[in-house]
Amino acid sequence: MLDTFFFYAFALLTLGGGILTVTRRNAVHSAMWLIVSLAGAAGLYLLQGAEFLFAVQIVLYVGGIMVLFLFVIMLVNLDEAAKMRQFNKQWWVALACVSGVGALVAYFLRQGAGAFRLARPPQGAPILEGNTERIADVLFSEYLLPFEIASVLLLVAIVGSVLMAKRKV
Amino acid sequence: MESWLEHPLFAPVVTTLVIVALFPLVAGYIVLVERKLLADFQVRLGPMRVGPHGLLQPIADALKLLLKEDVIPEKADKGIFWVAPVISTFTALTAFAVIPFSNYIFVTDVNVGLLVISAMSAVGILGIILGGWASNSHYPLLGALRSAAQLVSYEVALALALLSGVMMAGTLSMVNIVRAQQERQIWFLFENYGLMIVPFMVYLISAVAETNRAPFDLPEAESELVAGFHTEYSGFRWALYFLAEYANMFVVAAVAVTLFWGGWLRPFPNVAWLEWPLNYAFPALLFGVSGVGCVPLARRLKSTVQRRLLLAVAGLLLLVAAAFLTPAVNQAVIGLFWFLLKVAVILYWMIWFRGTFPRFRYDQLMNIGWKYMIPIAMGAILVNAVVGMWKGS
Repeated sequence: MLDTFFFYAFALLTLGGGILTVTRRNAVHSAMWLIVSLAGAAGLYLLQGAEFLFAVQIVLYVGGIMVLFLFVIMLVNLDEAAKMRQFNKQWWVALACVSGVGALVAYFLRQGAGAFRLARPPQGAPILEGNTERIADVLFSEYLLPFEIASVLLLVAIVGSVLMAKRKV
Repeated sequence: MESWLEHPLFAPVVTTLVIVALFPLVAGYIVLVERKLLADFQVRLGPMRVGPHGLLQPIADALKLLLKEDVIPEKADKGIFWVAPVISTFTALTAFAVIPFSNYIFVTDVNVGLLVISAMSAVGILGIILGGWASNSHYPLLGALRSAAQLVSYEVALALALLSGVMMAGTLSMVNIVRAQQERQIWFLFENYGLMIVPFMVYLISAVAETNRAPFDLPEAESELVAGFHTEYSGFRWALYFLAEYANMFVVAAVAVTLFWGGWLRPFPNVAWLEWPLNYAFPALLFGVSGVGCVPLARRLKSTVQRRLLLAVAGLLLLVAAAFLTPAVNQAVIGLFWFLLKVAVILYWMIWFRGTFPRFRYDQLMNIGWKYMIPIAMGAILVNAVVGMWKGS
């Protein structure tokens, strides 16, 4: 009961925030609604019992990325941006994609839960006593190679940004 | 009748209400202590008029802030101007939810407790930036940009310093971090042959920067930026920013105490014969001596009302001392006592820093953060990991 209530509340935050993000004219307001939307998604993670994902979502997206977004937006001339056309000319492509996905979702909703092949936890899986530890275990054993590749990618990005920021290396 | 007492939500709700209701008052008295200490460092008296030795000053200040005219600048972005201090206060108070005040006084214990605190401090930055931007004025915007850069930089060092402690404890839950220290019979500060002092120092320096306090108070440098991001704020909204700043100070001090100083544990928690001298005699002496010390101070006061007030405070302190000698009461509050005492020591240090260090220049601030704090914290993680594994094997 309470779970259902919170699910709808967070879903409303996520979707409503998303819609307001694209319709606001003021870029700072858009960023604010994007924050609301991301926080709603974090709440949905928490409802699923994924505390680690929840915390990381807040730290990285709301606290890190959005702060840098706002940092850049504040240095931009907002008055000029507000006068520009809000939607670009390819809006009909987006509309086609959205209605396609909407039709797909509607079809599956009509079919009922049986139409999905949802992932199920394997039989006899250890009880999740803390998913932070589980994520660490999986990341450093099963998915070690993708994990290392991702970190090399980030290192390249860091070195690249230093190279671009420095006039003389 | 008994059923609601045992409801699982009862204790968390009561703790939350007590924290939210009491913290503004506590913050007011931290401000008074700060003003008194700074006055002492500068050989002044500090607030003396309201109440005996300025004891009622915080209440007068709070009333003044509540009754002041609430000004919103004409060209400000009203919605965001309104919501920015709310974000700051909300995030600062939310962090209290996972702080263990003693082994059973806490709102909740989640297994990502430490991450929740760093998440809240990360979101708190938004309150500062948005407040600075929404004022639609030059100094607040500059202050907000500075603070965004500063907080984002020092958050990295802060998290890396915490990582060393988390590595020792093997958990992110605040309660279990303290329990781990009880099991190992050592505060993490002294673990690994004293090597853990390095991440603690990094944490302390970054925490001072993270709470925007001197000598890292660049975002509100009076001489250059008037008051930084909250220049245009007045009255109650300004009080909210202030409350958030002191709540953040308390939270970073509480995290340092939990992770490095053994949380609610008394010194040498596993030495049985120290139980009486440390848990009974020490707090009783501390409050008793302060209470007795108030009496000669009261005699020197000229106004009879003030003298009676100070004598009442002395009586209260003696009563607290007596309470600590009663076993039943002592059992209930001794964890809280040690926790708050340790937090108070760190808060005292933060005030001491403010009283003694000159403010850093902006480039110096960035150099300290990126070229010293972060590499040292990373090195500390490596060294502590190797030493810890070698010790464990």
